[in-house]
Amino acid sequence: MAKHHVTTTINGEPVEFLCSTRQTLLDVLRDELNLTGSKEGCASGDCGACSVVLDGRLVCSCLVLGAEAEGKTVETIEGMAQGDSLHPLQQNFLEDAALQCGICTPGFLVAAKALLERNPDPTETEVRYWLAGNLCRCTGYDKIIRAVMRTADEVRGEAS
Amino acid sequence: MTGEKTEFKWVGTRAIRPDGHDKVTGRAKFGSDFALPGMLQGRVLRSPHAHARIRSIDTSAAEALPGVKGVITSADFADQSSELAAAGEALVNYRDMVRNVMAREKALYDGHAVAAVAATSAEIAEAALELISVDYEVLDHVIDVDLAMEPGAPILDEELEPAGMEASGPTNIAKRVDFDLGDVEEGFAKAEVVLERSYTTAAVHQGYIEPHAAVASVSEDGQAQIWCCTQGQFMVRAYTARLCGMETSQIRVTPSEIGGGFGGKTVVYLEPLATALSRKTGRPVKMIMSREEVFRASGPTSAGSMTYRIGATRDGVITAFEGTIRLEAGAFPGSPVQPACMCAVAPYDIKNVRLTGYDVVVNRPKVAAYRAPGAPISAFGAESIIDELAKELGFDPLQLRLKNAAKQGTKAAYGPTFRRIGFEETVEEAVASEHYSAPLGPNQGRGVASGFWFNIGGESAATVNITEDGTAVVVSGNPDIGGSRASLALMAAEELGIDYSKVRPIVGDTSSVGYNFLTGGSRVTFATGLAVVEAARDAVRQLCERAAKIWEVESDGVIWRDGHAVPASSNVGDFEPLSLADIAGQSPKTGGPICGHNAQNVQGAGPGFATHICDVEVDPETGRVTILRYTAVQDVGRAIHPSYVEGQIQGGAVQGIGWALNEEYIYNERGQLENPGFLDYRIPVASDLPMIETVVVEVPNDRHPYGVRGVGEVPIVPPMAAVANAIENATGVRMEHLPMSPPRLLAALDAARLPEAAE
Ligand code: FES
Ligand code: FES
Repeated sequence: MAKHHVTTTINGEPVEFLCSTRQTLLDVLRDELNLTGSKEGCASGDCGACSVVLDGRLVCSCLVLGAEAEGKTVETIEGMAQGDSLHPLQQNFLEDAALQCGICTPGFLVAAKALLERNPDPTETEVRYWLAGNLCRCTGYDKIIRAVMRTADEVRGEAS
Repeated sequence: MTGEKTEFKWVGTRAIRPDGHDKVTGRAKFGSDFALPGMLQGRVLRSPHAHARIRSIDTSAAEALPGVKGVITSADFADQSSELAAAGEALVNYRDMVRNVMAREKALYDGHAVAAVAATSAEIAEAALELISVDYEVLDHVIDVDLAMEPGAPILDEELEPAGMEASGPTNIAKRVDFDLGDVEEGFAKAEVVLERSYTTAAVHQGYIEPHAAVASVSEDGQAQIWCCTQGQFMVRAYTARLCGMETSQIRVTPSEIGGGFGGKTVVYLEPLATALSRKTGRPVKMIMSREEVFRASGPTSAGSMTYRIGATRDGVITAFEGTIRLEAGAFPGSPVQPACMCAVAPYDIKNVRLTGYDVVVNRPKVAAYRAPGAPISAFGAESIIDELAKELGFDPLQLRLKNAAKQGTKAAYGPTFRRIGFEETVEEAVASEHYSAPLGPNQGRGVASGFWFNIGGESAATVNITEDGTAVVVSGNPDIGGSRASLALMAAEELGIDYSKVRPIVGDTSSVGYNFLTGGSRVTFATGLAVVEAARDAVRQLCERAAKIWEVESDGVIWRDGHAVPASSNVGDFEPLSLADIAGQSPKTGGPICGHNAQNVQGAGPGFATHICDVEVDPETGRVTILRYTAVQDVGRAIHPSYVEGQIQGGAVQGIGWALNEEYIYNERGQLENPGFLDYRIPVASDLPMIETVVVEVPNDRHPYGVRGVGEVPIVPPMAAVANAIENATGVRMEHLPMSPPRLLAALDAARLPEAAE
């Protein structure tokens, strides 16, 4: 079967790849492009470990076909830190111990960043509902929610 | 030893974990992130039947498919004799294990592996599975533990000989265990109130977010390397060597980062298959389970059924406790019924206890450990009946627990006499908490429950290598499942007296560090932590000797203080302190590399106790339960890294809430799992929950230099009863079966409302 030639932008870099029709964007990122920071926990859109931002929209990359990335921009966990400085969410996840095993962490960070860009002052309930599509089995979510709320406070503090 | 150290510089701080940056940037390599050149993809064919005899398997069409490089079945694994073999501290039966990784005579559950394929792509491997034809003779199946014990039930293994009892003819009962303390008849004779109740709990999955994954590469000379996500690289090595007929030293297992385990990654599934396929094809083979395979074929914990009788005097002294606990083991013997019995009423000082447990095989996946294996099941019933007893006696439920609390010197029904433990402290903290006296609204209720877990020690080995520039690398052998690198590094920094940032902890592969029993039993910070402390002390001893050489004094004239060698007294001489870096820099001239080492079979784990408070609101129209507030109090001995201690407590509590409210395996009438995905097997999500408040109690374990007790397991023990007790408090309805999902609770509420309506 002929493969699709896809031209896209990933974390600000132009990228071309070949993929089969049935390969998901997650498969392409992980298997073709070696961007293994996005994780597969279910391949059915239920766990959020594969979260990426596609043309500004938070999506489960396991539910997007690789071919659909044609002409679009993709942001993954690998593009979150700038140079040698972590994104404030990454820093606060570390300081607040918002990860135990860490398998869910890339997905939570990508999703939380998308939340704060839309809503810089979320309530706890808003954070909990926004992140309800990201499963974490280790933390009970407490420290994750706190780290996101604290980051929102800090970023707003800097902006004002 | 004896908890000698009480002043700390690093222990007790909330340092950033050493592996943290890799985990927030996507750099960390988990099980499925590993790849090798020329690697094949392996896939497993699984039985669609709950119970079927395998008459024959024809793999020829699959083998002929272009791109397929190898197919294996049970014929590729030598049979093993039935005997319990020691594997570290665990006992395993290799006859069962070889059958679980690949079905032989029979497929025993929906999802049981029957063949595996390695091909040049995943697509080809999947296509090849469809070309394998298996001739099954479908048999009657049984998936319920009580039904499996009945006469005439379908028999899984005609040759099964139960341990601990006589059986007349074939049975599904693999084992009976008995625990006796005092005289229960006498105890019940003294009782003024006696209650008898039955409870059931559903099978639940550990629910780690990372599916099982392994890459194996066997070279032509028979040397194998395996990379996999596991709680124990040494366990993988031992089991794979045995099942594949190799020598242990020929296999080198490197553990990847692990995306959760909770006990579920203490066994092998893919590793022997990938190794056999790699040996057959001469190429590296990668195997990953899908989420569906994780649910259908990897270990959940047991479903359970229990009957309890409790007796007490009117003034609140529990005089007798008697119970029978039946746990399903899945397709092969080995449910945690023994620890279930041992933990059921361990928090209490009850003079007369009799507990009987049955380990029962059924047509479900073989159970694997899940956080405090067995204890949450037996405690659900025990902590529910104690709650009812409190009500019956007119006691506050925490006061009743306090009145009967086990303490130092209490003889536990499972054998030992407790040393210093912190159970009473957890109850007292719960009583004193603001939460316990906070007001409740309509349809709201509050429940409490306690829990116990032994915690374990076991074999650990660690090395502390001092580098040329005066920093330290700590090598140990336990996969870091939730921040153990941080706790080990904090303890090493404490002993060496150097900055935490100068200690680099790594998790070694099986060939680069001594044997370590797996990550489990809440043992790593305690047992491997002790090995690290002792290895650091060994390094310090060597550092002092080197300083003595430099100063040309006797080695006992040097002591270690704040990261420096200093003269033990002014008699030794007047020397400037030598820093660790000073001594390390001169090590080539003073005797060569400085490597501290320790290996031991650690004893003296301190038991853990917890008491939880849960507030719920019940929607009377739908039966939906909302957790409004949750507080977990736990004795942790000493919190080495408080954030990860709290995190373990919060995570365990939430897993328990999921077990209480909605997690269960749903089978159809053919014994096939109907909910093998996160959409239908719904674990708690962020919007289901409030913050989980933690109260950390520190009653030091006197058999650890810092007082550490394990913390990871006991938090999953109290939640189910705490939730059930809260629901009863809110509605007056007592739920005796898990999960307490909306349809079940609604049915119970309706049943309770009926008589009212009839009036
Ligand atoms: S892997 Fe995409 S949502 Fe789970
Ligand atoms: S930290 Fe393990 S799943 Fe979230």
